[in-house]
Amino acid sequence: MARTLSMKDAVNEAIDQEMGRDPTVIMMGEDIVGGAGADGEDDAWGGVLGVTKGLFAKYPNQMIDTPLSESAYIGSAIGAATCGLRPIAELMFVDFLGVCLDQVFNQAAKFRYMFGGKAETPVVIRAMCGAGFRAAAQHSQMLTPIVTHIPGLKVVCPSNAYDTKGLMIQAIRDNDPVIFLEHKNLYASECDVPEEPYAIPFGEANIAREGKDVTIVTYGLMVQKSLEAADMLKKDDIDVEVIDLRTLSPIDMDTVIESVEETGRLVCVDEANPRCSIATDVSACVARDAFKALKSPIEMVTPPHTPVPFSPSLEDLYIPSADRIADAVRKTMEA
Amino acid sequence: MSNPFPLEKNKLLEAYSRMKTIREFEERLHVDFGRGDIPGFVHLYAGEEASGVGIMMHLEDHDRIASTHRGHGHCIAKGVDVKKMMAEIYGKSTGSCAGKGGSMHIADLSKGMMGANGILGAGAPLICGAALAAQKLGHDGVGVTFFGDGASNQGTVLESMNLAAIWNLPVLFIVENNGYAEATSVDYAVASDSFVDRAAGFGMPGITVDGTDFFAVYEAAGEIIKRAREGAGPTLMECKMVRFFGHFEGDAQTYRAPNENEDNRANRDCLKIFRAKVIEAGVLSEAELNTIDDEVMALIEDAVEEAKAAPLPLAEELTNDVYVSY
Amino acid sequence: MNDQITPILMPKWGLSMRVGTLAAWHVEVGTEITPGDEIMDVETDKIANAVEAADGGLLRRCVGQAGEVYPVQALLGVIAPSAVSDAEVDAYVDAFEMPEIDEDEDTGPSYEFAELDVGKIRYTERSGEGIPVLLIHGFGGDLDNWLFNIEAISEKASVYALDLPGHGQSVKAISNPNLETMVGAVIQLMDHLKLDKAHLVGHSMGGLVAAQTAISNPNRVASISLICSAGLGESINSDYIEGFVSSANRKELKPKLKHLFADDSLVNRSMVDDLLKYKRLDGVQTFLDGLKENLFSNGKQNVNIAAGLDALDCPQQVIWGEADAVIPKTHANRIAAATVSVISGAGHMVQMEESSQVNDLLKDIL
Repeated sequence: MARTLSMKDAVNEAIDQEMGRDPTVIMMGEDIVGGAGADGEDDAWGGVLGVTKGLFAKYPNQMIDTPLSESAYIGSAIGAATCGLRPIAELMFVDFLGVCLDQVFNQAAKFRYMFGGKAETPVVIRAMCGAGFRAAAQHSQMLTPIVTHIPGLKVVCPSNAYDTKGLMIQAIRDNDPVIFLEHKNLYASECDVPEEPYAIPFGEANIAREGKDVTIVTYGLMVQKSLEAADMLKKDDIDVEVIDLRTLSPIDMDTVIESVEETGRLVCVDEANPRCSIATDVSACVARDAFKALKSPIEMVTPPHTPVPFSPSLEDLYIPSADRIADAVRKTMEA
Repeated sequence: MSNPFPLEKNKLLEAYSRMKTIREFEERLHVDFGRGDIPGFVHLYAGEEASGVGIMMHLEDHDRIASTHRGHGHCIAKGVDVKKMMAEIYGKSTGSCAGKGGSMHIADLSKGMMGANGILGAGAPLICGAALAAQKLGHDGVGVTFFGDGASNQGTVLESMNLAAIWNLPVLFIVENNGYAEATSVDYAVASDSFVDRAAGFGMPGITVDGTDFFAVYEAAGEIIKRAREGAGPTLMECKMVRFFGHFEGDAQTYRAPNENEDNRANRDCLKIFRAKVIEAGVLSEAELNTIDDEVMALIEDAVEEAKAAPLPLAEELTNDVYVSY
Repeated sequence: MNDQITPILMPKWGLSMRVGTLAAWHVEVGTEITPGDEIMDVETDKIANAVEAADGGLLRRCVGQAGEVYPVQALLGVIAPSAVSDAEVDAYVDAFEMPEIDEDEDTGPSYEFAELDVGKIRYTERSGEGIPVLLIHGFGGDLDNWLFNIEAISEKASVYALDLPGHGQSVKAISNPNLETMVGAVIQLMDHLKLDKAHLVGHSMGGLVAAQTAISNPNRVASISLICSAGLGESINSDYIEGFVSSANRKELKPKLKHLFADDSLVNRSMVDDLLKYKRLDGVQTFLDGLKENLFSNGKQNVNIAAGLDALDCPQQVIWGEADAVIPKTHANRIAAATVSVISGAGHMVQMEESSQVNDLLKDIL
């Protein structure tokens, strides 16, 4: 279609294009520029992994570094959103959500409802998520179930660069608070991404791979792993359909149900911890809404109920692998 | 006789009217709550009127305020519709928030009232955001965050003070020090000897005023609001005051000294202090003030009657307005 | 190599195809193949199609296996007369260099951009000899609609195909989304490419554009080929047009696209997704709404250029798919001077469904 772009650059380009179009789009976060108040270079970091590099030079009035005060600056972004700005606030790692959780779940999420439909809070809180960087327990979580659980928030977790750009543009244009989670291990992944801006609606899952035997429902990095598993299973003549949820709130259960009604088998793959997760949520809804279509029990592939370990050998066991996903699929075929 | 006050006579009447409205609103809620008419919790502002009104008399609709759980006074002072407020407290669909928020979440963004807040200290970051928006959008609006001596210890407040100072935001941090954080005294809970010292620690000026004296609050607020509008940055102002009721309605207030409430009513009633000052200066008469008293009583009476008669929200309102778009 | 040996190669369809799956053979070793026979089915992630034999002869080897993926231009089969020995055929197969799947290699048409008055226009160029052919796609389409045609036509002439304004990767911010703007873009591109004259080929709305271009600029046009063209009558399937324009997701769009083909199994997920991706680009929805209002309001076509074409001198032909469910085939007979070919087994996208026959007709007029 067009040129290829990495997911990291897709985030940058989406923000770049929206900031250029709308001067009320501002961004704040820790070292999203870098070098504030110091004697060296401006834009010293452009974000801890360089995702926002180059934006300060183009939009010096729209990019603001913050002190280490998540409650204060995430809260400021939220407050500013109710006062005519369209802020993007970066939480450096989603694991830091605990430090500012009240502003997110008691304030931003609830204004519209509590104030009788009169408030609009067009804020995007973007954060890195996910394991595989050997960053250990406090820098590797998904936390998707926690934010999905809260009414009033929208939650996005793309699996590829094309979706990332379109969903980020949609998030910035959306008038509700959006939690936008970027898997750190997907930043380097590339695919065709149009140079023009475009917006992908929320609540629409993508069928990453069509298949007739088993449905895998997943999101984020696990989409890639599920596609690898699907390739493996093709050799065993098992035809797997992979559904990439893309947005967890709103969630596209219609596509999931339609698929399970065709295949009769479901495997939910989720990198979040297994208690009260996206996997359990989807599984329960399918069990309730498509029970008669099921030919075998639903399988879930998740990490164990533990924090993320540091040692590479342990972390690699923690993260669901294509092999484990394939095994789960085979299990649904046997039963 | 000449007018020694910094307000014209009509503005003095307006100030008195606002304070009296708050007082009677809260007194009436106290009675009706005691009878069991009102659902949930209420936290009454009676006794603190001079603080809210003294500051709000300087503010316009494009200035933003955030309040705490004890927010009725700030709402009324900022111009939120009294009848809609009463209906909201009764949980009716005609309320300011369609019955979805209640006493602790009354808001009116068109009047710059960003909400009473059930989470103490949560308003401070939000007001920093409002002030940031004013800077970026290029207008002279200020943000005022009201919190009590209790909430002054919340991390959100302390972080916000630092943030406002480094970004030079037009924010007023108003500590409404009524001596108690729920049932705990300020002497116990706050480490510094004064809030002015705290302000200095965060690199911003701090002042302290007698919060029972409308004119003291009004003058001090005028200066610091002007500072903020002119781009000189944030200030902390402590208003020392008393609250006449408990932390919440139903609070037995056993943490108070014997006769403390009677003493406050007699000697620290900001309405009495205001009346005495304006009458002594010969600027307003008893009759004029009494007329306002009557008008306010009638307004409150109407507000309660209308609130009681108003419909409850319909079942479908349960699930609407979670999002702007679905 | 024995010059009596003819390879059957994996075709290249469109700009981005790198590999294809040989889905099935329709012939076996020992079959005498006539040019035009359907010899195999090939699938890419974008589309599936039957491949017609370009050459005739005896099929000696099926090198490609059904179900396997091969790069474009890979050797899939060998045709040779029986006089050629098996050993020679084997030697040919062994010596054949399978192409690498090289991301950078240009194994077919690439595309360019031109900055014109109307804005940025994408086009593709395949060089050949003589007066060039300019292919103009229809409403909501792009130059990839010609993916089965460009190579074949380039055997006889240079071929250009453009993305009209508002389409493909061309400029989307169009203040006047109307016929005049489309015609203007065609002439601006021809000027830019220094094409004094061109054989215009237009599909559907592109036919209307081609016709109007010729009517307004008769000295620039060497011939006109109209395929399932708009502009020849009032009727149009407005359910398709309205549906195409208003569909916001896969579920809404897929059933509408079935109107385009006689064989609606050609509407696969990739086709639907690509169209959705196009529709979601900034400016496209506004553009399509405007263009539809100008060309097809109230469920009918607004513009009729049949009379204008009657007045032109240059050779004209009209090609229609017999099963066209978007614009009725009866419109094919509206131009006095044009030769008419109605092709059975094909619908509105006849240039894709029966590409071989259409390519022959397009080459014949040159």
